[in-house]
Amino acid sequence: MKLLSKNVDKNADGDITLIPEEPEDLWHAYNLISEGDSVRGSTIRKVQTESSTGSSSSNRVRTVLTIKVESIDFDTQACKLRLKGRNIEENQYVKMGAYHTLDLEQNRKFTLYKPEWDSISLERVDTACDPTQSADLAAVIMQDGIAHVCLITSNMTLVRAKIDQNIPRKRKGNVSQHEKGLARFYESVMQAILRHINFDVVKCILLASPGFVKNQFMEFMIQEAVRTDNKVILDNKAKFMLVHASSGFKHSLREVLADPAVVSRVADTKAAGEVRALQAFYTLLQTEPARAFYGKRHVEKANEAQAIETLLISDKLFRCQDIVTRKQYVNLVDSVREFGGDVKIFSSMHVSGEQLDQLTGVAALLRFPITELEDESEDSESENEDEK
Amino acid sequence: MSRHRNVRSMNYSDEYDGYDDVYGHSVEDDYCVSPSVSILAEQFLFDRNKQHNISSYITEDDIVEEDETQEETPLPPSYKRPELSVLDATKLESCIEAIKNVVGDSIPESTLTENILKHNLNSEAALDAILATTSSNNASEKPAINQNNEDLLQGKKLTAKPAVPVLLSSPAVKVIPSATRSVIKGFDISGTDGDFLNTTVESPRSQSPFSGQTSPDIRRKDIKTVSSKSNTPRCQSPAVEQDNKSKLNSKKLDAISLFKNLRGDIKEQLHLVVVGHVDAGKSTLLGRLLCDLGQVSSKLLHKFQTESKKIGKQSFAYAWVLDETGEERERGITMDVGHSKFETATKTITLLDAPGHKDFIPNMIMGATQADVALLVVDATRGEFETGFDSGGQTREHALLLRSLGVSQLAVVINKLDTVDWSKDRYDEIVEKMRVFLKQAGFRDAVPFVPCSGLSGENLVSKSKEEGLIKWYNGPTLTEVIDQFKCPKRPVDQPFRFSVNDIYKGTGSGFCVSGHVETGMISTSDKVLVLPHNEVASVRGLQIDEMPVTNGFAGDHLVFTLTGIDQQIIAVGDLLCDPQHLVPVTTRFEAHIVIFAVAMPITRGLPVVMHHQSLVEPVVLKKLIAQLHKSSGEVIKKKPRCLPKNSSAIVEIETQRPICMELYRDVKQLGRIMLRVGGSTIAAGLVTKIY
Ligand SMILES: Nc1nc2c(ncn2[C@@H]2O[C@H](COP(=O)(O)OP(=O)(O)OP(=O)(O)O)[C@@H](O)[C@H]2O)c(=O)[nH]1
Ligand SMILES: [Mg+2]
Repeated sequence: MKLLSKNVDKNADGDITLIPEEPEDLWHAYNLISEGDSVRGSTIRKVQTESSTGSSSSNRVRTVLTIKVESIDFDTQACKLRLKGRNIEENQYVKMGAYHTLDLEQNRKFTLYKPEWDSISLERVDTACDPTQSADLAAVIMQDGIAHVCLITSNMTLVRAKIDQNIPRKRKGNVSQHEKGLARFYESVMQAILRHINFDVVKCILLASPGFVKNQFMEFMIQEAVRTDNKVILDNKAKFMLVHASSGFKHSLREVLADPAVVSRVADTKAAGEVRALQAFYTLLQTEPARAFYGKRHVEKANEAQAIETLLISDKLFRCQDIVTRKQYVNLVDSVREFGGDVKIFSSMHVSGEQLDQLTGVAALLRFPITELEDESEDSESENEDEK
Repeated sequence: MSRHRNVRSMNYSDEYDGYDDVYGHSVEDDYCVSPSVSILAEQFLFDRNKQHNISSYITEDDIVEEDETQEETPLPPSYKRPELSVLDATKLESCIEAIKNVVGDSIPESTLTENILKHNLNSEAALDAILATTSSNNASEKPAINQNNEDLLQGKKLTAKPAVPVLLSSPAVKVIPSATRSVIKGFDISGTDGDFLNTTVESPRSQSPFSGQTSPDIRRKDIKTVSSKSNTPRCQSPAVEQDNKSKLNSKKLDAISLFKNLRGDIKEQLHLVVVGHVDAGKSTLLGRLLCDLGQVSSKLLHKFQTESKKIGKQSFAYAWVLDETGEERERGITMDVGHSKFETATKTITLLDAPGHKDFIPNMIMGATQADVALLVVDATRGEFETGFDSGGQTREHALLLRSLGVSQLAVVINKLDTVDWSKDRYDEIVEKMRVFLKQAGFRDAVPFVPCSGLSGENLVSKSKEEGLIKWYNGPTLTEVIDQFKCPKRPVDQPFRFSVNDIYKGTGSGFCVSGHVETGMISTSDKVLVLPHNEVASVRGLQIDEMPVTNGFAGDHLVFTLTGIDQQIIAVGDLLCDPQHLVPVTTRFEAHIVIFAVAMPITRGLPVVMHHQSLVEPVVLKKLIAQLHKSSGEVIKKKPRCLPKNSSAIVEIETQRPICMELYRDVKQLGRIMLRVGGSTIAAGLVTKIY
């Protein structure tokens, strides 16, 4: 993300102008913009004009609009952010208060005005504008008949293709259908890789599976590449890395990212860091349950005791519509830091972030045990209970 | 979650063209859009709508329901007997046996034990007491129930529209007073305490039409209630209640008599799965067995010997009989279940050679779900037995899986004794360790042990001539042990359920679907409903072991030739069922799980892989509802923060897409689940409630 200007005063209100450069930046924008903020950007508006003869015609005009955001949709596919809201600046084409949908895209400047820029938002702007953040990684996670082709950026895991094909099993005296089915499956996975992975950008492709699927597939792919003289695959052969995973389902990506071989090969990614942090939480929960808590109420109590050493919190909680709740989480983060604790903001677009979301979205590792908390029920997280 | 914030994979064709995914599924899979779970729900709505047309298949033949909370034998660790001396324990064992011979399995062991102990280990007296309570309760309270059900029916007839089931669904108007609850259990009146299934609240949905049809208590069959399933929007059937009782009963009788007619004269059929740690010699043993029984021509064996030698895998020649794919042969590892067949003196055995490698446990589970009995093969070689048996080895995991999947008859083969010079000490050492472990794992009956060598063929088919062995062993050969397995009862009189295990092209028109008949029977020319997709298909032909047949029965491994449905629709793990007796379809259910020795505690939100018959699905443990006491089933803690190893709990599980599920107490086979994480089994469970 490119930062063009930043006018945030002492009262924390003000505006920031940004240009998203990569798909990832739109994810940042999605996390930055809240309902109630104002966003200014260029857009296309259909305008009805009535000629003097009374016939009306409609044409599209490009114009700059400022809207007060009412709803936000993130389209991971097209990598667009769709903001819906009312126009708040009179304009020659659009009346005040008229509804408009503003699309934010790569390489299109926008200005975001917030009545209050809190620490989380400002930090988000900083991370988004840090160019060293991006380390592009791809992963193909597979088992017989199922494969997920994923792109892993520092803040997102995007499933680019999911292949789910039936492979007939081996039957007594007849393995030909099985072997044909397998070949067809490998062919599909290979096509998906060619289609979705940009070898110029991606530095490493993890091929993960249980058993020998990955090895068989790699063999198949190289053979095919030689046969069809596919330079892309042949030139990038060294970028593939074979790793063990217990299944071809997406959540097995956790195991893959935690694999020491992977960690040492690809630079330490945010995704892998999150996997480790969550792992550490579970380990502590196993060995010293009185030092590991989750759920808003428990974590807040632990924070009151200034006990939090590491706070794991999902960015989903900051996208909360309700300003009061959001503020509570922001305060929690600020206060943990104030007492010298470490805060890890998980991306809900990664596998471990998804898991943390399911685990109420917030968890804490404590410096010292608080046994009293163990007996108290964690009933306050009603916002999670009501989710459905 | 905010309604206004949705991450989705929209296809705005006008703005984002140039993307046409040839692989069907567009870029995002369902799981990945996790920030917007509600979207998922919406995606599934279409399914619900689709399900409406189920009603067109439910015409008049509604379901006879026994409102019965049937007792089941709990999972092994759930019921603990009181501490007893060794002598008393044995006595108790034999008393239970004796009583069970009379009353069958209908009374939970806890009750039996209680009664037996009360009567000082006198089985006669205990039996009398048990029967007395049973009949008196039945006699005194039964009219009341009939009355209640009468009322229900009455109400139903009056309104005769889908609104009626509300009667059942609302707890307030639940007509059956709780006091009589124990009575409706037919024989199982006492001893509800020991059984964990009773600790859960009953939902209307949980009264599946299936209840207790295995019960010998025929009198109960005349109690009719509406199929509780009609409460759900999914299957709003007009549910016309007809006098279908006689119809259904006669249908059942038909099934039983047909089964007797067709199968009465031929040898009993038994499905045998062979499991054990990787390289224990399972495939070699079975290959050798089949060769010695003359099932493999010497020409073919010769071919295997020369070809395996060529790739330097000579020692695997026998294993090639079952390891048929190129990959398996090259690596010398079984990857998927191999099938074969042979006969013993009194039985026809269908062999399922499961893979032993940790990574292929999903296939092993699939094999075990189709089996009646099992052989557990262990390698006697020094060090090898230990690797397989210690934690992380598959000897234990396989045994626990078998037990949790309901395969309770087991024999242990102590293999490769040639590598330890047929040492009796080694044999005894292994037998002792295995015996203790299997007992803990919940295999109640005495498990037979057989010493042998698969490679040299010692003690497989004929008595061994090996000096080292006959010095100390003159027990049965492996074939004799297999012949002594008991054939389990086949629930042919229940509605038809079949789980799909494989889909492939046949020779003629249509395509083939192979799998396991869980319950009921099917004939050629019948129609079947494919769930969860809810599509009807016609049965063009049926095959067992490549031979066309006219009927398939519960327990059979059957191949369907289907027409009238697109092959792409059906997937492994789907169910075929009787269009008039549906299986519940859901994305959320409750299960009573027993947690194994896990390395990490289990919390809510944990993504796990669930195995349910042939189905393998990623699921999330949505909620931990309560932790239970392992033996009494009492709630220790509501909403626990986490579940430690070896504990027991009620949890709520959510799937990403709709799946078929039955309550354990209705159809055991379809009410069992296994949960796995990162390649190890963390828990086994029974479905107790379907939302
Ligand atoms: N000495 C000796 N070796 C045996 C015996 N049975 C099997 N083996 C050897 O053990 C190795 C593994 O045999 P398999 O039959 O493939 O083992 P498996 O249990 O089927 O292995 P998976 O299916 O991969 O789990 C082969 O090299 C066999 O020759 C035996 O009785 N004695
Ligand atoms: Mg094998």
